[in-house]
Amino acid sequence: MKKVILYSLLFLAIAAIINACQSADEIEMAKYLSNGKDIYESRCQNCHGKNGEGLGELAPPLTDTVFLKANKQQLACYIKNGANQPMLINGKTYQEKMPAFKDLHDIDVAQVIVYITNSFGNKQGMYKYEKVAIDLNNCQ
Amino acid sequence: MKKYLLIPVLAALLFSCTQDKKLPIYGDKEAKITKDADGNEKIDTVYKTIPNFRFLNQDSVYINQDTFKDKIYVADFFFTSCSTICPIMHRNMKTIFDKYKGNKDVMFLSHTIDFKYDKPSVLKRYAQKLGVDVPQWQFVWGDKKEVYGLAEKDYLVAVQEDSAATDGYVHQGWLVLIDKQKHIRGAYDGTKPEEVEKLKADMDILLAEK
Repeated sequence: MKKVILYSLLFLAIAAIINACQSADEIEMAKYLSNGKDIYESRCQNCHGKNGEGLGELAPPLTDTVFLKANKQQLACYIKNGANQPMLINGKTYQEKMPAFKDLHDIDVAQVIVYITNSFGNKQGMYKYEKVAIDLNNCQ
Repeated sequence: MKKYLLIPVLAALLFSCTQDKKLPIYGDKEAKITKDADGNEKIDTVYKTIPNFRFLNQDSVYINQDTFKDKIYVADFFFTSCSTICPIMHRNMKTIFDKYKGNKDVMFLSHTIDFKYDKPSVLKRYAQKLGVDVPQWQFVWGDKKEVYGLAEKDYLVAVQEDSAATDGYVHQGWLVLIDKQKHIRGAYDGTKPEEVEKLKADMDILLAEK
């Protein structure tokens, strides 16, 4: 009988640890999202709009989940280095120049990417800041 | 019988509510003394007006005040490569444009302050991309002295070149409302949606003005 209690306590402890791990991830995600939102509002919203709707054909919307997913490794490059290549988004070609945001640190870039790819109808989960340095080395 | 007294009072109250609201006229005023036919002196107030101008529009055609004859219009100063306040100004201005689209009494006039780069072809492309390339919304280019002078002395909007600024220029985001007599009737911060709503309401008041 004692063993049963002991095992169930052990099981509970493990479950609690797993649970705690999950919520640490969730906390980190929430942190990324809320910081990302601040960066988005101050640096991106002017052109891309409060709801990621874009501005005419001058700035593309951020609602094309397929595009965002397919170009996920390039998003850091667009933000940090700017962009002027044509992009096919929601079936329309956009080719206006996007300014470079060189002053953003890797963590800022990661947070704003997480915000964008999890807002406006997108739900693509976490994108850690360590990934930014890797992606920036492989810009096209 | 005292109750009947209430009726004229209520009527007066009601009347005062429906009385036409008038927008102020901005800018320096001058008092001008004139004499009528009998030799009596009269004092007239002369309000500031926007002087005539001549600029190239997005179709490379020279336009001047005749284009805006008998129309009220909203004027602003911007440049196409501006990534700070201009996109939000024009996002908001477009909502005004959408409201008055096709209204023959309303026009829009955007002056570029980037005299080096924003030539008519660039303005044309910008207007097309913004989705507003119609004669009702004029985008104009002029040389620095003329545009900057008009901005600061007449529309009362501060603009300047500044190599330290993000995109090379600094300017204020006012949307300036001009009436059919070329008077300034209001200036609204084009980056704030609530001010833009006020501008729309004021435009209705101005349009209803006799």
